[in-house]
Amino acid sequence: MRQPQPRLRAAISLVVTGLLVIGLIASQWLLGDTPQQMQFEARLAPPSVDHWLGTDALGRELWARTLAGLALSFWVGSLAAILSTLIALSLAALATLSSRLDALVSLLIDTLLSVPHLILLMLIAFALGGGTQAVIIAVAVTHWPSLARVLRAELWQLRQAPYVRMSRAFGKSRWFVLHGHLLPHLLPHCLVGALLLFPHAILHEAALTFLGFGLSPSQPAIGVLLADAMRYLSGGYWWLGVFPGLALLLMVLGFERLSRQLRRAL
Amino acid sequence: MLKAHQLSFQFSPGVPLLQAASLTLSAGQWVGISGDSGAGKSTLGKLLAGYLAPQAGSVTLDGAALPKSGVQPVQWLPQSPELAVNPRWRVAKILREAWTPSNAQCQAFGLQEKWLSRLPQSLSGGELQRVCVLRALAPEVRFLVADEISTMLDPITQVELWQALKQEAAQRQLGVLVISHDSALLERLCPQRFHLSGGQLTPW
Repeated sequence: MRQPQPRLRAAISLVVTGLLVIGLIASQWLLGDTPQQMQFEARLAPPSVDHWLGTDALGRELWARTLAGLALSFWVGSLAAILSTLIALSLAALATLSSRLDALVSLLIDTLLSVPHLILLMLIAFALGGGTQAVIIAVAVTHWPSLARVLRAELWQLRQAPYVRMSRAFGKSRWFVLHGHLLPHLLPHCLVGALLLFPHAILHEAALTFLGFGLSPSQPAIGVLLADAMRYLSGGYWWLGVFPGLALLLMVLGFERLSRQLRRAL
Repeated sequence: MLKAHQLSFQFSPGVPLLQAASLTLSAGQWVGISGDSGAGKSTLGKLLAGYLAPQAGSVTLDGAALPKSGVQPVQWLPQSPELAVNPRWRVAKILREAWTPSNAQCQAFGLQEKWLSRLPQSLSGGELQRVCVLRALAPEVRFLVADEISTMLDPITQVELWQALKQEAAQRQLGVLVISHDSALLERLCPQRFHLSGGQLTPW
């Protein structure tokens, strides 16, 4: 029987993460153009009471830029993870229809997994002309194979489960079997898969942006902040890299923890 | 009448499990099948219920092929009830997947009201098997393939389950194929019995 404790923990995690995300999104309205405001008299100022997390080379407040970067990463990561999960689920479902389609999907999965991730990301983002949309599509198109492989295996196993076959023998339609038996079973996998993809998506968005194939350098994305920080780290301006990096790490760990607890609860 | 005619089946090439096995099950008839492990008893049961397609021969119901849709008139009951139910569904939903049994039928099979709100994991094997057997007795069902359904149950639960099934089958003239290792059980339940060996059915 399901124990209430993991579900309670997952619910608490979900509420806390949800509140943080809502706060992050709401902060963008409150911030206004603060992340872009330059103060040339306070260039590369270290963390202090006046400049909480310090400022960058153009005197822009790092706390505001980090918050804006996190919000941007959240949107990019969420959309890419959702798209990726939908691709994975659709292809896994397609693979169960016939052995030929299964072979085709398996080939596609193996091919994509065999190509170095970052090269594919760069090629797709470059082909699409860069920018937010290109990053989302590039990350979504390259991140589905691992999840698709898991979902495909689950679906194949589940379709052979006696209770699924018996459901058909009880006169239930394919649609009923799909939404009554298969999808509820796959939903936790999809949810956890999407949550696990999310940190990957954020990190790859940052990597693409860092390499110049992603978001515009004018946008306060975490990848842009980290790329900027690289130039100043040797000068002792540690806060430029530490705070955005730490914020990204906390976000990734938060979602990783949530996905772990949801997996236990579901 | 449920008829298996010259059924042949193999999982691996060159290793035939069933070789031209024939069997007839009439309404209200109880037929027993015994055999060693791996002899193909369950495969025969699944072929009769339409879960597997024969590689040669045919399974017919009143001279026609088994229907492709709707509640299947031949229902298969597996040994492990845990595998026969969706672990995410409550017992009430499981029970009513095929049809809605009356309170009297629930009582006859010893189902308790308090089980209905539970998840299957919280029921014992015997309790869950009762649920599965009753679930399979939809009005459209005419034949049952009981594949070792009482093997994992204690003697008292076995007796209760078979008594309830006997009563229901007699009322509705259900034909029942009992697959078991237990010769004594088959002797008690089934006037007609076969031993499956080498892919062939031999009366005993």
